[in-house]
Amino acid sequence: MSSHPSTVIKNVTLYGEGDPVDVLMQDGVIAEIGSGLSGDEEVDATGCLLLPGLVDLHTHLREPGREDAETVDTGTQAAAAGGFTAVHAMANTTPVADTAGVVEQVWRLGQQHGHCDVFPVGAVTVGLEGKEMAELGTMADSAARVRVFSDDGKCVSDASLMRRALEYVKAFDGVIAQHAQEPRLTDGAQMNEGVNSSLLGLTGWPAVAEEAIIARDCLLTGHVGGRLHVCHLSTAGSVELIRWAKGKGWDVTAEVTPHHLLLTDDACCGYDPTFKVNPPLRTQADVDAVREGLADGTIDAVATDHAPHALEDKETEWGAAAMGMTGLETALAVVASTMVETGRLTWRQVADRMSETPARIGRLEGHGRPLAVGEPANVVVVDPAAGWVVDAAAMASRSRNTPFAGHQLQARVKATFLRGSLTAREGKPA
Amino acid sequence: MNRHLLSAADLSLEDATLILDTAAELAELTERATVKKLPTLRGRTVVNLFFEDSTRTKTSFELAAKRLSADVINFAAKGSSVSKGETLKDTALTLEAMGSDAVVIRHSWSGAPVNLARIVRGSVVNAGDGTHEHPTQALLDAFTMRQKLGRLEGLKVTIVGDILHSRVARSNVLLLKTLGAEVTLVAPPTLLPTGVDTWPAEVSYDLDAVLPKSDVVMMLRVQRERMGAAYFPSAREYSRRYGLDVDRVRQLQDHTIVMHPGPMVRGMEIASEVADGLRSTIQDQVANGVSVRMAVLYLLLGGSESAIGSEQ
Repeated sequence: MSSHPSTVIKNVTLYGEGDPVDVLMQDGVIAEIGSGLSGDEEVDATGCLLLPGLVDLHTHLREPGREDAETVDTGTQAAAAGGFTAVHAMANTTPVADTAGVVEQVWRLGQQHGHCDVFPVGAVTVGLEGKEMAELGTMADSAARVRVFSDDGKCVSDASLMRRALEYVKAFDGVIAQHAQEPRLTDGAQMNEGVNSSLLGLTGWPAVAEEAIIARDCLLTGHVGGRLHVCHLSTAGSVELIRWAKGKGWDVTAEVTPHHLLLTDDACCGYDPTFKVNPPLRTQADVDAVREGLADGTIDAVATDHAPHALEDKETEWGAAAMGMTGLETALAVVASTMVETGRLTWRQVADRMSETPARIGRLEGHGRPLAVGEPANVVVVDPAAGWVVDAAAMASRSRNTPFAGHQLQARVKATFLRGSLTAREGKPA
Repeated sequence: MNRHLLSAADLSLEDATLILDTAAELAELTERATVKKLPTLRGRTVVNLFFEDSTRTKTSFELAAKRLSADVINFAAKGSSVSKGETLKDTALTLEAMGSDAVVIRHSWSGAPVNLARIVRGSVVNAGDGTHEHPTQALLDAFTMRQKLGRLEGLKVTIVGDILHSRVARSNVLLLKTLGAEVTLVAPPTLLPTGVDTWPAEVSYDLDAVLPKSDVVMMLRVQRERMGAAYFPSAREYSRRYGLDVDRVRQLQDHTIVMHPGPMVRGMEIASEVADGLRSTIQDQVANGVSVRMAVLYLLLGGSESAIGSEQ
C-alpha cells in the first residue's frame, strides 16, 4: 500500500460515453478503472463525465511585472477552477520571457504553487521587439523545457525573421505561435473594422490584417518545413486559409478563443472596454465560421487568451483601455454552450480540442493523455447538466474583466485533479 | 427626451422637432430683448468639461448656459488621452461630488460621453467625441437649414469631405435621416468608412455630379495630416477634386446654401470667395449654435414648462 491517500471518482462516464465507472487515482496516476472501487477519498460524480485535464496554449499570468492584475498563484487557481491542469504562460511579462532566467522563474512558480502545471512560452524576439531572435535554444534546454515560442501581443511581422524562427526551432521540435496582425493595417486599431466600427467612430482592425499574415506564414512554413501555430484565429477568411494550408500537408495548427466562439462586435456598441480585445470580436459570420472550423478540425484547439487586467486599465474610455479578457474559468462552459449543446462537438471531441491536441502542439508529456490505467491522473470531472450564471466577482482570477458576466452557461467543473491531487471543486480552487 | 444627449440617434422626430422649435422660440426671445438673459436655469450648474481644445464649441455652450442663468464651470481637463484614463472617472466623481446638474463633454476618444453617463447622475451632453458624434452640431445645422430653406423633409443635403474621421458627418447623417432629409456623402473612397453602404445615405465619389441636385452643400474640414497617412496625394489634388471653388458654385441651384461646421481650411476644401459669399451660412451656424444649445440644456434640465418663463 502507498503512503499517499488515494481518491476514487465514483460513477463517472469517460468522455461522457458508455456506462458509468469508478476511477481510482493513486500516486499521481490512474491506478484502476472499474466498478465498486474504494479509496481514501471519494468524489460522487453521478451524472458527470471525466475528461483529461484541460490544457491551455494561451494564458497571460502577468507575473513577473503586473502582479496587481494576476500572479502565477491566482492565475493557476483560476485555471484549476476552470478544469485546466496545464497552461502555457505567454511571454509578454515585465521583464519579457525572452531568457532562460525568466522562463525558469515562471516555471518554478508554477511548480511551487502546485495548482496547475505552468509551461512558459518563450519570446521569439528580444523584448518582443521584432528585431533580433531571442535565445530560443537556451530556453528550450532550460528547466522550463520551452517548446512554444511567441511574441503574442505583437506580431512577428518581419517576414525574414519569421522565416528564420520557423527554421531555427526545428532543431528542438519547437513551434512558432504567431499573433497574426499586420501592424501597418492596424495602426491605432480599436475594434473589428465593419459596420459597427464606422458607427462608433472607432478605428477599425480589418480581417485582412490577420489573414494576410496567416497566408504569408503558411507559405513560409511550407517553404522551410517548420511548425506554425496560429494564435486566436478570429475570421472566416483565416479558417479558409488554415484549411487550405492543411490541404497542402503543411504543419500548421490553429486555436480559437472561447470569446470568438460566442461574442460578436455588437458587444462593443456600449463602449464598455470589457469587450475590447485583440484580435477584436468579429461578426456573426466569423463566429459561425470559427465554430464550423473547430467542429471539422480545421481549428485544432480552443485556447483562452486569458488576459487579466487591473480595474483601472478597463474602467476608462474605450480608446485608453487595455485589450483582453479573462477566460480560464469560463472556457469549458462556453465551449459546452456553443459547441456541445448545439451538436457540433461530442465530449470526446472536446477532450481532443481542449486537452489532447493542445498538449501535442505544446509537446507536453504528462498532459492530454488517455483516460487509462497507468496514465497521469490529470483529469477533470464535468457536470454537463449544470447551468450557471457567470459572476465576475466570484472568479478566482485576481481580475474581473470577464466578458461573460451575466451569461447563462451550460456545464460546470465539478472537480479538477493534478496528478491525483484535488486542485478545484465546484468551480472553485480547492 | 432622454436624460442625456449622447448621439443624434437618441433623438426621435418629436424630440428633434421640439429642440428646433424651442431653439427658434429662444432665438426670437433673446433677439427682441435688451437683456438677453432668461431666468430659466437659475441655480442650476452646468459644467463644461473639455478634454480637447475647442474655443468655439466651448464658448457656444458657455454662452447658452449663461443666457439661461445657469452657473457655468469651465473644467479644463487635459491629457486624458495619454495612457491611463483615471482622469475621466476621477473627474466625473469630482463633478458628482460638487453636484453638477449637467456636464457638457468634449473628448478625443469616441464614446467617452457614454462612459461618463454611466458614472454621473446629472445629464451628459456630448459636445464632440473623437470620430464618433457631435449631436448639437447636427442640431444647429438642421436648424440653419430649416431657417434658410423653410423645411427639412425631402431636402437634398450633400456632405463633402473627410467622412471617415468626421463626428459632424455621423451626427448629421443620423439626425437628417430622422428629420426626413436625403443625404449624399461625397469623398474620395479612402475617406469613407467601411460599412458606409449600410448608412442611411447615398455615397458618391463625384462632387460635380451631385452639386446641381443639392439643396444644401456642407463642406467638412480636411486635416492636412491625413496626407501623411496616404488618404490622398496632395492638398492641391484634394482641392481640385473635392474643393468647393467659385466654378463649382456656379453649378448650384439659386436657393442652394453652403455650410461649414468650422474651423475651415480656406483654399483647401472651400475657397475664400465661397466661404464669404452670399450662399454661405457659416456665420448663421455659429449664431444658431447658441440658440440650439440653449434649447438642449433647457429641455434636459428645465423640464416641460415654457422656456419663456414667468418673470418676463
